[in-house]
Amino acid sequence: MRKAFKDAAKTEVNPQGREILQMISENAEIAEKEWLPICQDTGLAVVYVELGEEVRFDRPGLKEAINQGVSRACKEGLLRASVAKDPLRRGNTGDNTPAIIHIDMVPGDKMKLTVGAKGTGSENMSRMKILTPSAGMEGVKNFVLEVVTQGGSNPCPPLVVGVGIGGNFETVAEIAKKSLYRPLKDKNKDPYYAKLEEDWLKEINKSGVGPQGLGGSTTALAVHIEALPCHIGALPVAVNIDCHAHRHKEAVL
Amino acid sequence: MTSESRLYKLKPPLKDSDLMPLKIGDKVSITGLMYGCRDAAHKNMVEMLDKGQPLPVDLRGQILYYVGPTPAPKGRPIGAAGPTTSLRMDAYAPRMYDYGVKATVGKGTRAEPVVKSMVKNKAVYLVAIGGLGATLASKIKAAKVAAWPELGTEALWEFKVEDFPAIVANDVNGKDIYKENVKYWAEKLK
Repeated sequence: MRKAFKDAAKTEVNPQGREILQMISENAEIAEKEWLPICQDTGLAVVYVELGEEVRFDRPGLKEAINQGVSRACKEGLLRASVAKDPLRRGNTGDNTPAIIHIDMVPGDKMKLTVGAKGTGSENMSRMKILTPSAGMEGVKNFVLEVVTQGGSNPCPPLVVGVGIGGNFETVAEIAKKSLYRPLKDKNKDPYYAKLEEDWLKEINKSGVGPQGLGGSTTALAVHIEALPCHIGALPVAVNIDCHAHRHKEAVL
Repeated sequence: MTSESRLYKLKPPLKDSDLMPLKIGDKVSITGLMYGCRDAAHKNMVEMLDKGQPLPVDLRGQILYYVGPTPAPKGRPIGAAGPTTSLRMDAYAPRMYDYGVKATVGKGTRAEPVVKSMVKNKAVYLVAIGGLGATLASKIKAAKVAAWPELGTEALWEFKVEDFPAIVANDVNGKDIYKENVKYWAEKLK
């Protein structure tokens, strides 16, 4: 991300935007030196598990172990407790549990964990919609541009834009989220979607939104698309936005 | 922005005359007290105002900073403390401006009723750069919970700040920096 900020500072057309990108780079340096989080929204823990079919767990089991880890990270890492106990009655769980856990079974005897710390300023600006197949590529693109433009300053641009296309109501949102945690420099493996990622990034950066929504040519740093087969009568699309505090880490156990 | 921005120093409590000269795009530097609060503290404050009760702290003339900080590491007054999204406070903001708050600091756009309330009350909305949690924490020299410690990060905080940087996003004339800047740059990038 730090390299992306520096690169963007070279191409940003708005002087104020360049100043903001510079401040974001400096913030990362101060955070590292002072052992502070880069952003006070230390996020909701989103954990992807690629679980080898031959892996066995002792007690307390995988989900409990993940939640214990999230709780320790919150307390020992001085992260912000940002999870409300109940959506309507609110309250706070005090330790950022429960994590959002996605488990995918794969062949083998290893386990790959990908952990994201997802901020909600950008999550709140994310949207999904089920288009009709006739809307096609243009319809999906227009929806993506609409979500980014309407979000404007609120999701803390420059953004990483995760787009899910296809699947159904629940899976389209899942693949949009998962696409965020692909390394920034990696493109979709399908050249058709890789080209769309490139084209849509250019279009998004013409919106004028710019760093922090204060105007400019760096609205997003990357667009990641993931696609799935879908019902013949539907064209689901989900746009999951991440802010410039784009935090994720992988480990293989 | 097309016009040249100027730098103003703000020292609360603020008077109308401190805010009248501010124009969107101007930079401000705040020294003195700022009150940190977000969703839960706002809900409590507006409930108290509705019941005609005095707030735990007299916030008339003061600046509200929309923030929910991380816990303070040893030897520091506060953890990371950047602005949160202001639109979540839009439901409460007109009430707070009517009460006498003179400025709010957050990130992102405000709804039309909030902008109207600022014009009516000669108040402003300032934006700090979102995601500068570590940088902005370094401008906070002292922090204490002023009310509702049970709300954790969502408590009402009292901060002593020095040279806290922000940009005027809505001025007393109801102008909006986001609308004007994005329109200008979208046209330029066509």
